[in-house]
Amino acid sequence: MTELNELKLKVLELLKEDARRTPTLLATLLGVDEQDVRTSIKELEDQHVIVKYAAVVNWDKVDDEKVTALIEVQITPERGRGFEGIAERIYLYPQVKSVYLMSGAYDLLVEVEGRNLREVANFVSEKLSPIDSVLSTKTNFTLKKYKQDGIIFENHEEDNRLMISP
Amino acid sequence: MNLKTEAFTDSNKAMSSYLSPLVREIPSSGIRKFFDLVGGNKDIITLGVGEPDFTTPWHMREACVYSLERGFTSYTSNAGTPELREAISEYLNEQFDVRYDPKNEIIVTVGGSEAIDLALRALIVPGDEILVPEPCYISYSPITSIGGGIPVGIETFAKDEFKLTAEALEAKITPKSKVLILCYPSNPTGATMTYEDWLPIAEIVEKHDLIVISDEIYAELNYGDKHVSFASVPGMMDRTILVSGFSKAFAMTGWRIGYTCGHPDLIAAMLKIHQYTVMCAPSMGQVAALEGLRNGMGEKDRMVEAYNQRRRLMVEGFRDIGLECHEPRGAFYVFPSIQSTGLSSDEFAQRLLAEAKVAAVPGNVFGLGGEGYLRCSYATSVTQLTEALDRIGHFVEKVKKEG
Repeated sequence: MTELNELKLKVLELLKEDARRTPTLLATLLGVDEQDVRTSIKELEDQHVIVKYAAVVNWDKVDDEKVTALIEVQITPERGRGFEGIAERIYLYPQVKSVYLMSGAYDLLVEVEGRNLREVANFVSEKLSPIDSVLSTKTNFTLKKYKQDGIIFENHEEDNRLMISP
Repeated sequence: MNLKTEAFTDSNKAMSSYLSPLVREIPSSGIRKFFDLVGGNKDIITLGVGEPDFTTPWHMREACVYSLERGFTSYTSNAGTPELREAISEYLNEQFDVRYDPKNEIIVTVGGSEAIDLALRALIVPGDEILVPEPCYISYSPITSIGGGIPVGIETFAKDEFKLTAEALEAKITPKSKVLILCYPSNPTGATMTYEDWLPIAEIVEKHDLIVISDEIYAELNYGDKHVSFASVPGMMDRTILVSGFSKAFAMTGWRIGYTCGHPDLIAAMLKIHQYTVMCAPSMGQVAALEGLRNGMGEKDRMVEAYNQRRRLMVEGFRDIGLECHEPRGAFYVFPSIQSTGLSSDEFAQRLLAEAKVAAVPGNVFGLGGEGYLRCSYATSVTQLTEALDRIGHFVEKVKKEG
């Protein structure tokens, strides 16, 4: 686990809000030297703390239908490797967007994306369920995404302030 | 036109002649005039807003909603709910080292504005002079005049970081001087005062037997040394009426929940006016404010950190543009000088609005020392601020080429 200094933590927070912020802007906002920011970002990237710069997309706004399912998977852990090997077998499929090891009633939570219901169903029945260690799956289709990564997709809190006020 | 109005018109007596001269003679607010120019044009980036761009944190709104569901809709005691006064007392003690008894030294008011009005009405005998360091929040002088007092401006300067100096204060004192109104951190300059800055001011206050109304509504928005309440300066506690509220720190402007603290005799007098005019502050707002003090400090810190980042962006931005800009240490305003452009504050603000679609408030509306400056609020997003600075930069370049 990488121990981060205060500057790196603040850089991460600001980039999480908006990944397009330049090192110059970050340095101004934080009141520090630009070179320090550049160094911090480089180190964070090298250490794989910053893994990728991506956009948070509300696909519901786009005429390109996607179906997302959250699949609860119960598995038998492997001797010596626990859940690692089976998790890897699952997350390497391109249609799998995320995999979490969970506490509670099931072991893995697998997020799968497909063009339609059938594609997701086929993945579950043909790829996921037949894996030897998989004991059971329970597929939950996502109907609507309200909030992701702290961002509310349909935020009704408009800025209704007066243009000029004392 | 209704019959009543016609009857008055027939009598050939202007309706305004019925008004108290104290009210009639107050000029309309410069900020109001500028507001009329801006209108509701959504294409404009506005730096003119004197309130947070954050919405009141959800847990505080939710506490209010829950209180309504439980039917908490009655008057509260005149001075505010005992729980909220207790929480305010603890908060002031912990944060600013001032101790007020929640039983008889605190009133929860309808915003900080009511608290200032209460204090002035409780103190002013017609003809009293009320000292006000300027540039300052636009309401102090008009409220003083409505109360029959005479506002006396004390000019402060950028070279002193817009701090009040003991010399400037003493120079304006006459036998009629009674009250000094302080507002630090300052709207519109962002100036703050340190403990060392306060000591000579306190000496003058004591020497001339003044009462101080200390408006500390921006106390939490302090980016340098920790805020020092004037009441915490030795000997000043009994002479100070502290005014504050939840609007700025907790993003609660529309709720109108403020408070005032002071010597029990002064608070008792102010409570008389409060109980005969507004009765009590809105009960549901008091619930939200209490939730803020109990569980909202983390979100308050998050908002303050965001303001601090934007403050750096604005100061550096204006300096890059070539406008002098002292570094504000508090509130959420920068007050750059536009004197190098050769335009007056009014001209600059009006042309900036028309030609660059950026609204900011001309400095002259804030009184003495404001001409030649512009008040820019950074209570808006980094994206908006960056775009505004870009537009202001191009505008200033154009004006300088003309000159």
